[in-house]
Order: sequence, then C-alpha cells, then structure tokens
Amino acid sequence: MKLYEHSVQLEKEKCKGCTTCLKHCPTEAIRIKDGHAVIKDARCIDCGECIRVCPHNAKKAVCSTLQDMEKFKWKIALPAPSLYGQFDNLDDVDYVLNGLKKIGFDQVFEVSKAAELVSAYTRMYLKTDGVKKPAISSACPAVVRLIGLRFPSLNDHIIHMLPPMEVAAKLAKKEAKELNPSLKDEEIGVCFISPCPAKASYVKNGFASYNSQVDVVISIRDIYFQLISTMKMDDNIETLSESGMLGIGWASSGGEATAIFNEDYLAADGIDNVNRVLDQIENGNVPPLEFIELNACIGGCVGGVLTIQNPFVAKARMQTLRRYLPVSQNFIDSKKGYIPEDYLFNELPEYRPISRLSSSMAESMRMMADIQRFKESLPGIDCGSCGAPTCRAFAEDVIKKTACAEDCLIKKNWAQKAEKGKNDDC
Amino acid sequence: MSEPLIFNFDVDGNDFTSAGQASVQIKKNLRQLGLSPETIRRVSIAMYEGEINMVIHAGGGKAQVQVDEEKVTIILEDNGPGIKNIEQAMQEGYSTAPDAIRSLGFGAGMGLPNMKRYSDEMNIESEVGVGTKIVMKVFLQ
Repeated sequence: MKLYEHSVQLEKEKCKGCTTCLKHCPTEAIRIKDGHAVIKDARCIDCGECIRVCPHNAKKAVCSTLQDMEKFKWKIALPAPSLYGQFDNLDDVDYVLNGLKKIGFDQVFEVSKAAELVSAYTRMYLKTDGVKKPAISSACPAVVRLIGLRFPSLNDHIIHMLPPMEVAAKLAKKEAKELNPSLKDEEIGVCFISPCPAKASYVKNGFASYNSQVDVVISIRDIYFQLISTMKMDDNIETLSESGMLGIGWASSGGEATAIFNEDYLAADGIDNVNRVLDQIENGNVPPLEFIELNACIGGCVGGVLTIQNPFVAKARMQTLRRYLPVSQNFIDSKKGYIPEDYLFNELPEYRPISRLSSSMAESMRMMADIQRFKESLPGIDCGSCGAPTCRAFAEDVIKKTACAEDCLIKKNWAQKAEKGKNDDC
Repeated sequence: MSEPLIFNFDVDGNDFTSAGQASVQIKKNLRQLGLSPETIRRVSIAMYEGEINMVIHAGGGKAQVQVDEEKVTIILEDNGPGIKNIEQAMQEGYSTAPDAIRSLGFGAGMGLPNMKRYSDEMNIESEVGVGTKIVMKVFLQ
C-alpha cells in the first residue's frame, strides 16, 4: 500500500514537549516521546487541531509556495471561498481575483463557482434511488478520514461527489485549453489556495483510486500579505467573479446544506461536535434527515487553521459580501437527469481497523483484559505526563509495548512517598 | 475456550444527559478487539436503546457486556417498575414514556423493538415492582 503523506508536521526544536496538543487531538494520534510530540501517522486525520492549539507554534502544515508554480507555463489559481472572508471592507470579490492575476496567475477559477455546480448535482443525487439517508457530505477531507477510522458503518452514507476544489480544477483545465488550444496538459498548473492542511493531504495522496487534479496547494496564510499588497480597490478592474450567494456560502458551516434546498438537514462544525453527531447517527438517534454537512473546523472552512482571520469575523464579512449577489450564477441542465462522471468518485478509501489490538481475536481479548487490569492500577487523572493523552491510552500503549509501565510519574511519586514513610508530612 | 471479556457500566438514572455514554465506550472497545463494523453497529444500537430505556423508565441500572470469540452478550439489569405486559411493550410505537421525555425526541416506542431487531437473541425477565433484566446476544459473523 502507498504510504499516506500527512501535511501536519512538527518543528522539533520549537516543541517543548508540553501536553497541549496531546490533550486536543481528537483521534489520540499524538504521544510525547523523549520530550517531543510524535504524531502516529495512521491515526492522524489532518484536522489541524494541534496546529491551532500549540502554544509554541511548533506544529505546521506543509504546503507549497508560489515558487512551485514557476514550472508551469499556464498558472491557474483556485481560491477557496473562505479566502474572501480574510479582508477588511471588501465589497467585491473581483478585487481578490484581480489581485491573484497581478501576483502572476494567468487564470482564476473560483472554487465557489464549482461549489454551485456541485450543489446543483447534489440536489439531483439526493433524489436518486438507493442513496442511503442521511447522506453525508464528502467535502471535508478530515471528516471523511474520521469516518473511515471510527465510523466504518457510516461509510456507505458518504456522498460520492467530488469536492468543489476537484471539480474546479477539472473545469479550469478545460477552460484553459479552450482559451489556448496549443497548451499541453503538463504545461497547465492548478494551484488551490487553501484554508486547511487536510486539503493539502488530499491533493498529495489522492482519494482511494482517485488522483487529485490539483497540482499545488498554497495556504491562505502564505499568500495573504503578497495578495493584499497587490489588491487595489479602484474601478479599473476586470469582472471575473462568476459565483453567487450559494457558492460563497460554502465557506461557513451550514452554507453547503443551505444550498441543498431541503430543510431536513443537519450541519455541525468543530471536530468534537462532529464526533458526537456521528456517534448519534450510528445509534440511529437522529430525526429522519436527508443531508448531513460536517466540518472539522469551528465555523466551517473559514475556521481553517491556515486562515488569518477569526472565523466569526470572517463569516460576518462574508455576509456583507454576499448581500448583493445573485443566489447562484451556475446552473445545470436538470433535464438531462444524470450526474456527469467528472463530478463523481468511485470508491472510498478502504476501512483500516487500525485501532484493533492484534490480528487475532483471542489475542486482542487477552490484551484488552490486561489493559483493563493495568488501567485499574493507574491514578485516573489523565494528566498526560507519561506522554499519552489519558490513563486508558497509556494502559493500551504499555500492553502494546509502545510505552514503559514505569513512565507514570504519579505512580512513581506514590512509591517514593510510601518509601519515605508516614512521618514525613510535606 | 478462554474466559469472556467483561465490561461493566453503571447507567446513571439521575443524569439524562449522560445516557448513551456506555454505548460510545463499548464501541471503542469492540473496535480494538477487531470486530466487524456491522457487528459493532448492531451492539452499539442495542446497547444504546437499552441504556436510554433504563434511564427513562427505571431510574438507571447496570449494564454488562461480555465478549467471547463467538458472541457479544449485553446484560441490562434494573430495579425499576418492571414491565406489565411484555408482548404489548414489544409492539412498535407502544410507549409509556412521560411527555417531558417525548418532547426530547425519545419515547417513540421503538426502544424494545429496535433492541430485538439489532440482536440475534433477546430475553426479557421482568417483575412488576421488582425490576427488569434483559439479555441480548449478537453473534459474530
């Protein structure tokens, strides 16, 4: 199997080995070893929570830079809708799009334009026979990975539509060739301007058998200052924007669901909330719903760790921006009645039972019994000083022989105290 | 065959907000044992419905899950009011849940029917004024 390449990485010299990221990781993928945080690749879903909480800025997302676009003759920018929420007093998306052209992109294709098409086809998709309800959006890659890791029984609820970023990449390449028929495939470079590391991982690794059509991912953070210095709020700009309220609305939580035009939906954001909602769906404890939108980041994509602005401020700005836009500017021929291949993916990544203790059930049971027994001997305060997020996780590590039983500092302290004798009060 | 693995849970009848916690925990344990996603889903639903029932009707109780190499056994025991007419209680849509609970979206009369649907075997022993004991088995495929 191909190795999965993550986008979240540690700058070792900055890491103090504190327990902040350890405590916040939703999949318990982090351990502190020899004074530094270590990410277990198989468990990491690239949600970026550790980047967000690290007090020492020791976690970073590995993205590309504008320089990586130099090798392409024809450079296309795909701005994520969340980019528009990063600027003060922005009343027209075209200022951003023109700014991107001034930076050196030959063509700009809004992801929000593709989002409107994806929404239109999703409305059709939901009416198709045999679609498992509630249907879960596949747009947030961290959520899709979380489902694969923790909620495999919900895998067949995931909508098999490509995220707007991919559709935008395909449409943009087509458009490029129409503009310049002499361009060869390899001369066209597509650059997604991303609010989150999970998208960067998606592009690097593809999705099961699907290979991403995006060539380079740059973070909003990295391009921000260069972009803002070229953006001129004057009248002398080209009209480039081709998306409406619905497409731009995808940037915040609930936006994608609104575009489904069906009130039987649920939209949740923030990885802990997403976890709880998925647990409830798995238990059948939700009202009959058509559509579920889940975003790993609080506030939706505007809350991505690679953005600049506070997600709620960004959302407020985008409300102003959307006010005078048409509902949608992109329409499909619904008479055709089918969804083009270009919008669909075939298979989901295979379920990897990575949390299982051993490949043999009998052995797993023995280990589980040992874990329970060992856990009873631990203080149960989940302090994290052993390097595992909870006493339970530490017990698992000890039985799996990835940690030492002696690593529990509290127990060591108890033993020392017992040795000192009862007379010592301090 | 080796001893079954046993997980015990106290289902707190005073705290409605914590109902469903045992089912989340058991899901995690079963994943670590490497059970199939479908089996895990069935156990977690059966367990969840049982847990909610104990909180709504019996003021809480005890849940025990036993896992061996052939099956998962869920034993739910409470000292609640007991079930007067089990046959009636098993009917879909029949519920004695109070209005306050219904307004939360529970008490639709699907608890026991779902427990039966998602388990391979289910046995109910109940005595009015004494309590209820439900044993459900889910066989591993």
